Amino acid sequence: MSCSGNCNCSHNNYLTGGNTVGLSIGGHSRTIALAGNPNTGKSTVFNALTGLRQHTGNWPGKTVTRAEGHYNFNNFSYKLIDLPGTYSLLSASVDEEIARDYILFGQPDCTVVVVDATALQRNLNLAFQVMEITPKVVLCVNLIDEAARKGFDIDFQALEDKLGIPVVPTAARRKQNLDLLQEAIEAVCTGKLKPKPNIPAPPPDLKEAIDQTLPLIESIAPGLPSARWVAYRLIEGDTRIRRALETGELQQLAGIKLPSSPKPTPPSPTPDAAQNPTDKKQSA
Amino acid sequence: MSSAQDTKQVLDKIDAIRKQAGSQFRDQIVTSMYDQAESITDDVVTRSNKRWTFDASLDYVATHPLLGLPFMLGLLALTFYLTIAGANIPSAFLAGLLMEQGGLAGFFEEFSITIPAFLHYSVYDLLHIATSSWMNANLASFLIDGIYLTLGWVISVMLPPMAIFFPIFTLLEDLGYLPRIAFNLDWLFQKSGAHGKQALTMCMGFGCNAAGVTACRIIDSPREKLIAILTNNFMICNGRFPTIIAVALFFSVFLGYSDALVSLTAASIVIAIVLLGVVFTFVTSFILSKTLLKGEASAYTLELPPYRRPAVLRIIYTSLIDRTLFILARACVVAIPAGAAIWIAANVNIGNESVATHLINFLQPLGYLMGLDGAILLAYIIAIPANEIIVPTIIMLYIRHNTMIEFEGDALHKIFIEQGHWTLLTAISLLLFCLLHNPCGTTIWTIYKETKSKKWTIFGSLFPVVLGIAVCIIVAATWRLVASAF
Repeated sequence: MSCSGNCNCSHNNYLTGGNTVGLSIGGHSRTIALAGNPNTGKSTVFNALTGLRQHTGNWPGKTVTRAEGHYNFNNFSYKLIDLPGTYSLLSASVDEEIARDYILFGQPDCTVVVVDATALQRNLNLAFQVMEITPKVVLCVNLIDEAARKGFDIDFQALEDKLGIPVVPTAARRKQNLDLLQEAIEAVCTGKLKPKPNIPAPPPDLKEAIDQTLPLIESIAPGLPSARWVAYRLIEGDTRIRRALETGELQQLAGIKLPSSPKPTPPSPTPDAAQNPTDKKQSA
Repeated sequence: MSSAQDTKQVLDKIDAIRKQAGSQFRDQIVTSMYDQAESITDDVVTRSNKRWTFDASLDYVATHPLLGLPFMLGLLALTFYLTIAGANIPSAFLAGLLMEQGGLAGFFEEFSITIPAFLHYSVYDLLHIATSSWMNANLASFLIDGIYLTLGWVISVMLPPMAIFFPIFTLLEDLGYLPRIAFNLDWLFQKSGAHGKQALTMCMGFGCNAAGVTACRIIDSPREKLIAILTNNFMICNGRFPTIIAVALFFSVFLGYSDALVSLTAASIVIAIVLLGVVFTFVTSFILSKTLLKGEASAYTLELPPYRRPAVLRIIYTSLIDRTLFILARACVVAIPAGAAIWIAANVNIGNESVATHLINFLQPLGYLMGLDGAILLAYIIAIPANEIIVPTIIMLYIRHNTMIEFEGDALHKIFIEQGHWTLLTAISLLLFCLLHNPCGTTIWTIYKETKSKKWTIFGSLFPVVLGIAVCIIVAATWRLVASAF
């Protein structure tokens, strides 16, 4: 069922799909993850970009499973993954795990964090957590129409400068600025734009623990891009991440060779596929 | 150099650091993020006008400590009234078009309209005419009286109420009302030792229990998530609404109410059953959280999203295509083998009686005890894969001997009374059993997928039906006792 209807695997799509003409070399489409707090219009952004009609609902937690869709931009095919809406990536609830695992293990070419323009402060926390995992982030500040109606005035340029990642204001319901969002995604995917996320520094009394942990991680996984985030997770006692280091799954994601350990199985691009083989969308 | 051995050592070292860092670690990280978020938004966001908006006034009523609950019940009542009142005529139309002898003639007669004689054929009639000359009579009867007729009942009983209920429900969902329900009911969940977000999963259960069970993922605490999963079945899903509506309408007609009152009475009955389901949810949650799933209700934050103007066209599209047709298609898929099975059971004899009659006779004693009958219980067994087909299956079992039944006017009620010998008690027991019985096959499978526990899946499947049998027996015994006293 994960391959039925409009939702399909990438290979499936370019073998049969008539409209995915210009694919990148090697025939892989770019993969974009869509993260965001519940109720920020994430699924609306997803629908607006892909033309799919994934059901949207005005309540937190509507999307509990992943949905996939495609769109083309400048002759490239993009696979868009709608992750469950979450407030953080820190807790152990299933939806947060699905979102986090995908951003970390699914290795999307770019992660779009959709935030609610009327509740920017609260929404930024998730953005910071995603920025810890990957620098390839675009911030999509959605619902700007609603924010304007409520009298919010946001300096997007200043926000971009402060965060160090591209910021695109959108009103997905009115399909406003979606082209700008697609441009920003493209720029991050191609590397034309290299975001330099400005992440909050760890609190002073924790700095020591992290400073001790980082070289240790470096020793087993040299050059791991999200090392600091992994350090956070390990110090917090995250067993999933610990296991991923033990089995070499994390190292392999970062392209680190493991000389003496048995070759780990290729990283599954869909870590939650086994968990939910049948759900593509929530009908009803 | 790194190896599995080194990795293990390094991870152990990190574990030591972890123990030193202490349990405040996460809080401090989160606090640092909050501080940064605050300092950034202070700089980039300015707010020009804060005014008393439409949202705020709507929320004043919708989440008012006293007005909130009546407001919610009012919305519920309106939804069911519109569904029942609106579904009546299209249901009769579809039944006429698809199944009745004489086609739509009977339907239009109700409005004192006479249609030309050449239109006095339903699809059912036409199929018989088209196949009579060349097809084996038994095969034709199997296909038309067995499979097609069951499909016809599924469509005419299910489609109209769903096509009205789902768009209204989706409208409320898109508007942002569902979290307000959770807000209003939070204290009840707190008291039951359950999670407040269970209100949201219950709302989804209204649409489909399988979706409701999946929605339980939004609940972080495993204990409360399990409670939400196990009690979701007490929410009447859309597959069961047609049964409840059909029986509620029967109820009103049985009581001899006039047309205007019928829909109103039926709507009240549906609401009563829904509320009874909510009561069972709270009582069961309470009992579970005191016995098998001990624990306190955990704290959580619930965001009350702003009301958003619903995109009406999209709502109609998603609710009709994704929800209505999705569920209807599922019902049809189940109805085909069920129709075939019913026909075979009704037409294959063991001894002097058909298989169906044997089965019905076997189930009759338990059925009688529960205030129901053998045919209804058999229908529930046949309909395990999908609850949607219960009413059609009951009908097919009642009319199994004379499939060429003549439908006129209120066909459904005629069948219930003349073929099923229903009384008020039958209707009451059926309403109760419809609320309290095992989840459908899809939901059982979803419970297993979400809990990954055979034990809880079996519990979640058997517990409601045992409860249902017990409740029905108690009600029927009490009813008979009281009736005999007068």
